[in-house]
Amino acid sequence: MFASTLNGQRYVFADLKALLARATPARSGDELAGVAAGSQAERVAARMALADTPLRAFLAEAVIPYEDDEVTRLIVDSHDTAAFGPVAHLTVGAFRDWLLSDAATAESLAALGPGLTPEMVAGVCKLMRNQDLIAVAAKRRVVTRFRTTVGLEGRLSVRLQPNHPTDDPSGIAAAIIDGLTFGCGDAVIGINPAGDNLASVTDLLRLIDDARMRYAIPTQSCVLTHVTTSIEAVERGAPVDLVFQSIAGTEGANRGFGIDLALLKEGREAALSLGRGGAQVCYFETGQGSALSAGAHHGVDQQTLEVRAYAVARAFDPFLVNTVVGFIGPEYLYDGKQILRAGLEDHFCGKLLGLPMGVDVCYTNHAEADQDDMDALLTLLGVAGVNFVMGVPGADDVMLNYQSTSFHDALYVRAALGLRPAPEFEAWLAGMGMIDAAGRISPPPRGAPLLDYRP
Amino acid sequence: MSELPEALDPFARLRAMTTARVALGRSGAGLPTAPLLAFQRDHALARDAVHAPFDPDVVAAGLADWPTITVASRAPDRGAYLRRPDLGRALDPIDAPRLAPGAFDLAIVIADGLSAPAVHAHAAPVALALRERLTGWRLAPVVLARLGRVALGDEIGVRLGTAMVLVLIGERPGLSAADSLGAYLTWAPAVGRRDSERNCVSNIRPPHGLSHLGAAHTITWLVRAARDRAMTGVGLKDESGGAGLALHPGAAAPTMSSPGN
Repeated sequence: MFASTLNGQRYVFADLKALLARATPARSGDELAGVAAGSQAERVAARMALADTPLRAFLAEAVIPYEDDEVTRLIVDSHDTAAFGPVAHLTVGAFRDWLLSDAATAESLAALGPGLTPEMVAGVCKLMRNQDLIAVAAKRRVVTRFRTTVGLEGRLSVRLQPNHPTDDPSGIAAAIIDGLTFGCGDAVIGINPAGDNLASVTDLLRLIDDARMRYAIPTQSCVLTHVTTSIEAVERGAPVDLVFQSIAGTEGANRGFGIDLALLKEGREAALSLGRGGAQVCYFETGQGSALSAGAHHGVDQQTLEVRAYAVARAFDPFLVNTVVGFIGPEYLYDGKQILRAGLEDHFCGKLLGLPMGVDVCYTNHAEADQDDMDALLTLLGVAGVNFVMGVPGADDVMLNYQSTSFHDALYVRAALGLRPAPEFEAWLAGMGMIDAAGRISPPPRGAPLLDYRP
Repeated sequence: MSELPEALDPFARLRAMTTARVALGRSGAGLPTAPLLAFQRDHALARDAVHAPFDPDVVAAGLADWPTITVASRAPDRGAYLRRPDLGRALDPIDAPRLAPGAFDLAIVIADGLSAPAVHAHAAPVALALRERLTGWRLAPVVLARLGRVALGDEIGVRLGTAMVLVLIGERPGLSAADSLGAYLTWAPAVGRRDSERNCVSNIRPPHGLSHLGAAHTITWLVRAARDRAMTGVGLKDESGGAGLALHPGAAAPTMSSPGN
């Protein structure tokens, strides 16, 4: 039991998950789940009680029982006690102070990661203002490699997302060419397929791979299909660079996605067997609200569950992790303010756990948000050192019917903050005559073969 | 850039290859004014569609002699409707007694969902085209539901005692379409039915999407197949032969999420 007194009134929180849920910033998904604080005062009272809670308490009490959930078992069984040592004596509030202090350096934060549980990270996140989330995340670079190196200081990569409503090869090629001329595609060229069958997935993989080899583009491809389909594609000899899967923070929600930890391991091993680019072969997507949406939230708030999904990702040493922050709809994140906060939380929490975090800065038409909200979140994430963002033609995904960041947005944020593409990709852009000494990205010269590409 | 003839504009070719917003040009690192405003226009139309009020009288007038019953969900207003999908799936208790049970083969529920304009434009013509094709079927009065989601049809279906329920509902507006209607068919409606137990025909939106008659054709096939096999959902595959029809079992494939209904 946890308690605090605010303005003469005593507030009591039955257990750790209730404490975390009442302390979390307001959002529609927690109200829908019936776990949110009943008043602003209760929310702050919960934060006061949380600030006084020792980090050790998180090792003594699971928010979802060990016996009931394989994600809890993964978290508990893989906890690194030695790495936890430097902060083991701290309360959550003192942990926040430590994270902001000069003692928390790139090196000490990297060493600490394996000692942190997702619930500890979620807990301290709830005490942090947006500027804290930015300042601490900016100290923690997570660098991963496939054909490009993503996450280096001073760099921002882009997933080129050339989706088409019917997977039409010409339509996809047009978006790929357009995106490349904006310097996008150094994180991955990743297609959400309209059809989930093996034949169309294989066709799309070959399309990207063909373009990549024809122009010697240093990047990697991914078709964002179910892990079982990717495993089949590997078995049939398709050029699978990265294995994709949506993941969540509870065993039940993962079952809703048709996966468990054993299947993810199988998927990773399938991609590794091809030896196409190194040991980091997984691309995961997450998003607050997925567990509630699957009816498997166990009364835990959506931000804490999101960080548990990162514990799942962490076990598979991914190349990319992407939180699709505003996609799920206003019943989980109601407006631009909630989406912005959630994007910064997810990036911070993922980085603290050692993940190569990207953010799909996005919204749907029934959310109270628009391009101005996306500009704010994109800029803040650039300052926070996000590994990658999406590049969608004109910000309008004509297949998934939502708005993300555009090729232009990528140009803007790189120019405004002095961020450059991944080094291998930057060298390729230079060779193609698409980047100048000042780092300005421009279309290729007239008559460049890239502009004539046909699949 | 768009002023140049294709021979002089290497990007013009791209525009012909996709409906995506490619080859928009650049103003520095930013978007030129024309595509900026085009995007704002499309977003404005989508936003207005999401918030447009539902007028059941418009639909009732379109249904001519077909009796209607107007009900509401428990969502008190549009804002609550968007935040609380659970309220949109439950019937306002005041309206419940007005749904008298009868011997019905099919009940049609017309709900605003996320686009009242889609419902105003397409629901009545689709319902009438269905009635024409379902001669001999015992059809319930059409239920017009304010602030309703797909699952509201389950409770309505139970109260009417119908064998199956068809919900015609406004789909979440995208930038390219703000008036798209969806149709969800559920055999043996019961509160708590999963989306995987329904069949869906989406993108009913002439002239760019499915036509009213094309939708009625596919739905008629589904309704007959559902009765023959006493089921809907993932077990019932589309064999209606309607070329290019958007038909899929509701939410059969788990994805990151399914925003909308």
